[in-house]
Amino acid sequence: MRVEEHPILGEMKKPNVVEIEVDGEIIPAIEGEPIAAALLAAGKSIFRYTRKRNEPRGVFCAIGRCTDCMMVVDGIPNVRTCVTPVRAGMKIQTQHGLGEFGGPLS
Amino acid sequence: MRETEFAIVGAGPAGLSAAIEAARAGVQVTLIDENDKPGGQLFKQIHKFFGSKEHYAGVRGIDIGVQLLHEVETCGVEVMLNAVVWGIFADHTLGIIHDHKNLHLKAKKILLATGASENALAFPGWTLPGVMGAGAIQTLVNIHRVLPGRRVLMVGSGNVGLIVSYQLLQAGAEVVAVLEAMPKIGGYGVHASKLRRHGVPILTSTTIKEARGKGKVEEAITIGLDEHWREIPGTEKAYQVDVICLALGLTPLSELAWMAGCQFDYIPQLGGHIPVHDANMETTVNGIYVAGDVSGIEEASTAMEEGKLAGIAVAEALGYLSAAEAACKKEVVLRRLDELRSGPFGGVRKQAKEQLHQQRCSQ
Amino acid sequence: MTLAKNGALSLEELAALPGMPSKERLAQGPVVVIECAQEIPCNPCEAACPNGAIKVGEPITNLPVLAEEKCTGCGVCIAACPGQAIFVIDMTYSEEEATVQLPYEFLPLPAKGDLVDGLDREGQKICTARVLRVLNPKKFDRTPVITIAVPKECAMAVRNIAIRR
Repeated sequence: MRVEEHPILGEMKKPNVVEIEVDGEIIPAIEGEPIAAALLAAGKSIFRYTRKRNEPRGVFCAIGRCTDCMMVVDGIPNVRTCVTPVRAGMKIQTQHGLGEFGGPLS
Repeated sequence: MRETEFAIVGAGPAGLSAAIEAARAGVQVTLIDENDKPGGQLFKQIHKFFGSKEHYAGVRGIDIGVQLLHEVETCGVEVMLNAVVWGIFADHTLGIIHDHKNLHLKAKKILLATGASENALAFPGWTLPGVMGAGAIQTLVNIHRVLPGRRVLMVGSGNVGLIVSYQLLQAGAEVVAVLEAMPKIGGYGVHASKLRRHGVPILTSTTIKEARGKGKVEEAITIGLDEHWREIPGTEKAYQVDVICLALGLTPLSELAWMAGCQFDYIPQLGGHIPVHDANMETTVNGIYVAGDVSGIEEASTAMEEGKLAGIAVAEALGYLSAAEAACKKEVVLRRLDELRSGPFGGVRKQAKEQLHQQRCSQ
Repeated sequence: MTLAKNGALSLEELAALPGMPSKERLAQGPVVVIECAQEIPCNPCEAACPNGAIKVGEPITNLPVLAEEKCTGCGVCIAACPGQAIFVIDMTYSEEEATVQLPYEFLPLPAKGDLVDGLDREGQKICTARVLRVLNPKKFDRTPVITIAVPKECAMAVRNIAIRR
């Protein structure tokens, strides 16, 4: 959910909305915002599954420390989505385990 | 190898303040930060700060940040962003990854203003998506303007937990309760009162027992604690929430100080292992200084003052300020620090800081 | 209820504060109520008052002391307080009603004439309040100050409002 109006921060500046692809689905995102912010705004909460127990993980620290939010971005695994800015046309995939270059096999 | 007179690691309130102070005296300053923007956590602080006019009291953190960045720009500090300092070596050399390239930077003096990381708490279900740090919420809501959930349970009633709860209300979320394991609220009463008058319960002697949900947080179970911190069976309560926020204090990010061989002391009141330092903020390793949360967890306002102290001390050590000039500047800053470290909340930290200074002096 | 235990000041705690005006002063017209109970390092209220009616002094952890005879109830200290702990009460507003000025950093802001819920220190609705004024000048730095009229018996209890949907 976007915070469009805010009593202290004011109205949101008109953002540059672009499209990104997440697990094959096109979602809107704001250019330059962290990928994680765009995904949370779109209602996605599971970013990856752990290697041994296949447990879901999402955003935990949002400042690039904890690595819970790692995903496969444009074919590169283990990208911290909370500190990686959105660019138009990015392809993002939920990561399974340690991830694979080129993304999970379909 | 590149060289500079004064390298500062971390462009938060302490690093920025040190950079400004030193650069104004004529020191060549390189300010390094791993993020793509300077300011550290200041731009998440949308509330008005405490203190007196000299501490920017009544000014919102975001606006203090803008002011500091402006000053850094105008006094000729070199700012290196997207730069991760991965190591510190003999002869004051830093290993840095900058824009995916490795470089070495040799400095006459180094300030570590690396800040702190949030403490976590392990409980069943704590790895579920929807369990987040308070810093994460502040970053998402106040910077990126995304609410990660609608109904939030806050764990921890220190100032961070109270302030972030209030900021969640301002952004339109509901805070179902603030939990505090201790028998009394940790943070300032005024912050707690702001929440209470919006109907947010603050439950002391209560903690989180479990997070439940399929794939993400759907429910939080809380439980009461007795005076020995034991769970009281039968006091469990269930809350339907989509976010559980952890505000459990901070730990200094001191890896570089360890690597540099600084002597440490364990001081729980300041957040754990703290590099021993003197009143100039210099550690036990010559020419390596610390300021802000890495030198003991306090507030942004104290971090700025400590940064100034380090900046003045470095300018003096490099010959840009005479001993008399430096002493005069330091006295002003020390008096302001003293003010921030008085009273029942700050007094504990003042004692702990003095303990550290004495250790450094007895070296 | 106590401040340390639940976050709301008890009546006993309130009565002991040096920032509380006397009954006699309250009966004379608008005056501030400073609900600041902990010795935290903070003094913008002192600097904000044009009449020198609030004294913190040194050290700045002193509780603010109200010189009630100097206070005109102008309310410039309300938005200046980072803790949002200052209110202005006017018990002389009318026969049945008193006014309360309070800080309100939320959206939507109420409008003059709106009926809103009057909430106490624990967020409980205790009365209906009528909005008389909404002040939000640049000087207040995004801490709007709302003036509401409430039944006199609620004036020392209402500390927040809730907009009716």
